[in-house]
Amino acid sequence: MSEHHEGSGVGHVQSVKTLAIILVALLGLTWLTYETGSSNLQGWDLSVAMIIATIKASLVALFFMHLKYDRPLHGTVFLVAVVFVGMFLAYVVGDSHEYQHYFDEHIEDHRQG
Amino acid sequence: MNDHAATAEEHGHDHHKHVAHHFDDAHQQFDTGKFGMWMFLLTEVMFFAGLFVLYTVFRSNHPEAWQFAAQFLDTKWGAINTVVLLVSSFTVAWAVRNAQLGQTRKMLINLVITLVCAGGFMVIKYIEYSHKIHAGLVFPELEHSLFNPDITAEASAELAAYEHGEIFDKIQALDPVDRNWVGKFFSIYFCLTGLHGIHVLAGMVLLSWLIRRGMRGDFGPDNFNAVDFGALYWHIVDLVWIFLFPLLYLIN
Repeated sequence: MSEHHEGSGVGHVQSVKTLAIILVALLGLTWLTYETGSSNLQGWDLSVAMIIATIKASLVALFFMHLKYDRPLHGTVFLVAVVFVGMFLAYVVGDSHEYQHYFDEHIEDHRQG
Repeated sequence: MNDHAATAEEHGHDHHKHVAHHFDDAHQQFDTGKFGMWMFLLTEVMFFAGLFVLYTVFRSNHPEAWQFAAQFLDTKWGAINTVVLLVSSFTVAWAVRNAQLGQTRKMLINLVITLVCAGGFMVIKYIEYSHKIHAGLVFPELEHSLFNPDITAEASAELAAYEHGEIFDKIQALDPVDRNWVGKFFSIYFCLTGLHGIHVLAGMVLLSWLIRRGMRGDFGPDNFNAVDFGALYWHIVDLVWIFLFPLLYLIN
């Protein structure tokens, strides 16, 4: 029986083999982020860690959460969430940097007594 | 009159026992439920986003405080917890497959392994939390906090006695302004991991409920939606941790 005819026809049935391959990939990436996290990458640490985390999150979403086989609508909902988080982050961080020097000046005054 | 006919009569029309009468068929029921679940997950992502934004604002403005604070986090425990959650994500995804194929016994085994992993995660979290609480690496508002500017002499002496005062000395050596920012790291650490931990606990309740229903024989190829949607929730808990681990434990 081929994979496509497993189950009742409602929803996608993921093969154990695929699930296992994804788990091994996720564990491998965890090891990689652990190793790169404890070595000096000259300021690229955070970017590398975030890229690895994004790859791991994508693997979980696509295979464990069935998004690869699912209706595009569900993936779209998830992407909308990601886009809004990005906007949220960009606006707030940008705004905070805009005013940070006021705080820093105040704190320097405080530090000098 | 058999049970099925009685049910059909009650509803005034015939339909499959697992399909609620306001749905045309199992496909429509599954798609509707799944869409609802994804909308819920969207709100979960936005919920955590608030704290991630807080984290980013503080870290980008005070990178040196973050670097200093991260030395008090145990990367090994964080990595072990990452592995524990990844394995639990794998077993819950497998449990969904088992439910879809009517393999109730295997499904129950996978759900129980997932629940055990969730419990293991919380035990490790407890070890980490108790260490930080004893060392005083907690919210500045608390009495026994190294970051409390009005700390009593008594509380201070207690904290200094913990682990030969190693952590105490390092924090005391800081300039009061820097100490304040290091304290902010721990406040954010507890908010982020605390909110995540609450989600793990909720997941444990959910998994227990699925196991109970599974033992009752509720799930099978034509009725696995609850397992599928519950697994989606569990994966989101894993996804959040995938980002929390490098952001909190791997700061160089």
